[in-house]
Amino acid sequence: MSDLRELYQEVILDHNKHPRNFGEIEGADRHADGYNPLCGDRLAVYLNLDGERITDVAFLGSGCAISKASASLMTDAIKGRTVAEARALFGRFHAMITDDADAPPPEGVGKLAVLAGVRDYPTRVKCASLAWHTLRAACDDLHEPVTTE
Amino acid sequence: MALMSSPAEAAAPALDVERIREDFPILKRLVREHRLVYLDSAATTQKPRAVLDALARYYAQGNANIHRGVYVLSEEATAAYDAARVKVQRFLNAAASREIVFTRNTTESINLVAQSFGRRNIGPGDEIVITHMEHHSNIVPWQLLCEQVGARLRVAPIDDSGTLQLDALEGLLGPRTRLVSVVHLSNSLGTINPVEDIVAMARARDIPVLIDGSQAVYHMPVDVQALGCDFYVCTGHKLYGPTGIGVLYGREALLEQMPPYQGGGDMIRSVTFEKTTYADLPHKFEAGTPHISGAVGLGAAVDYIQGIGFDALVPHEADLLEYGTAALAEVKGLRIIGTAARKASILAFVMKGAHPHDVGTIVDTEGVAIRTGHHCTQPVMDRYGVPATARASVAMYNTREEIDALVRALHRVREMFPV
Repeated sequence: MSDLRELYQEVILDHNKHPRNFGEIEGADRHADGYNPLCGDRLAVYLNLDGERITDVAFLGSGCAISKASASLMTDAIKGRTVAEARALFGRFHAMITDDADAPPPEGVGKLAVLAGVRDYPTRVKCASLAWHTLRAACDDLHEPVTTE
Repeated sequence: MALMSSPAEAAAPALDVERIREDFPILKRLVREHRLVYLDSAATTQKPRAVLDALARYYAQGNANIHRGVYVLSEEATAAYDAARVKVQRFLNAAASREIVFTRNTTESINLVAQSFGRRNIGPGDEIVITHMEHHSNIVPWQLLCEQVGARLRVAPIDDSGTLQLDALEGLLGPRTRLVSVVHLSNSLGTINPVEDIVAMARARDIPVLIDGSQAVYHMPVDVQALGCDFYVCTGHKLYGPTGIGVLYGREALLEQMPPYQGGGDMIRSVTFEKTTYADLPHKFEAGTPHISGAVGLGAAVDYIQGIGFDALVPHEADLLEYGTAALAEVKGLRIIGTAARKASILAFVMKGAHPHDVGTIVDTEGVAIRTGHHCTQPVMDRYGVPATARASVAMYNTREEIDALVRALHRVREMFPV
């Protein structure tokens, strides 16, 4: 059970049940759709930008607890940051969830650290990264849905 | 065949499951510090020692390329490969071993029929009838064919229990229908289709029938002559055999008139730059060096299953399905997907408030292996309005205790995702 609590921490279960910034932003400056063909998870990310700064962000979709919590935590983490900062955070986050189990505790990821347990479950990495891939597509203003495959 | 038999009937030829489990070395493995509880046989079955030994013995003692070798090893390998074909022929009760073509898997068997039989016999405006519960491997090859020749795919519906609506299927059979291709046992619902009735309906109209027996062949006896189907396809790795070896049964008259699927060595009689003539059945459809060890392993698997016997295996698995259906019903907020009257092996379900992927990960921490996702049947998921399901599937080596372990693990899921 302790292993499992490492993955499904209370914060994750809470964000799954009560996702933050959940919904659509009407007339958003940017939006992208993401799809994980492995499990059928779909989500959309909406952004409002003031120049390079992300002034508002929201997501909508269905998925497992990991993907939903990750999307919710992501929106909290990037709101008010610049696009470049969000990209850099994705880099650190991705490194964290794909590190081997013995890697030192992640730095500079803030609350996202609760998702570090994902690295022990390789098949779930895509669940945790779907929202971030979709965010990147929104930042790049891509109109084709992104997939994790 | 009523697979949901009463306990009294089920008791008849008892299967010694503990002895069977001894034959499967992997079942002793620990996973995350728990004894492995393998409930994903619908994806692939585990392999008995008889199959592992046959593979090892072939490579250690008998490895050579088949056909045209004039030395002992090649003669032995050829004989072993041919013997495997005869074993499969008897297992499916085909009339002749030349009606058994070795392929890579069920998918390749269906693609072979689509591209060889289909391109020769199906044209613009013609129709192919399938059902809503087909695996993608019995959908996509026909969609490709339809694009190539301008034919149309028609889909017979299923009801909420996952039962095929037979009248609706019959209604789709018309003057343009050139083939009916249906699954025998659904991999995502567990439904056993009334293939005898489907064949009768189609034959009355001179329409050939392909049956996808990928899931069926290891849960029930199959007699292709009694069924009267034109093609029957299955795969070795679900038959307790190796991966990479599949089977296409085709009626000789149809196989004879079909052009080769792939060209190359072994499928020819003679080759010149002006004209090539093709080998006799079944070699016409087996271009290149085949999966010799795979065939040998499959032969050993078929021997193993027949040694156990369906008389013992069918009631054992029916008991597990019945027991599992009742046990899962006790888990709060769990809904079984696929509740047809005639079912085998498959227990697919969704849990309120818990995504199937989370269910799969949590039960895995207890050593319980189940499959989660769309099971290559996205139209079925759409039919039930779910993105995915969790699926437990039983085979001959499973026990009631393993079902209990699954249920205990599902209670863990419920603790973590309360409703």
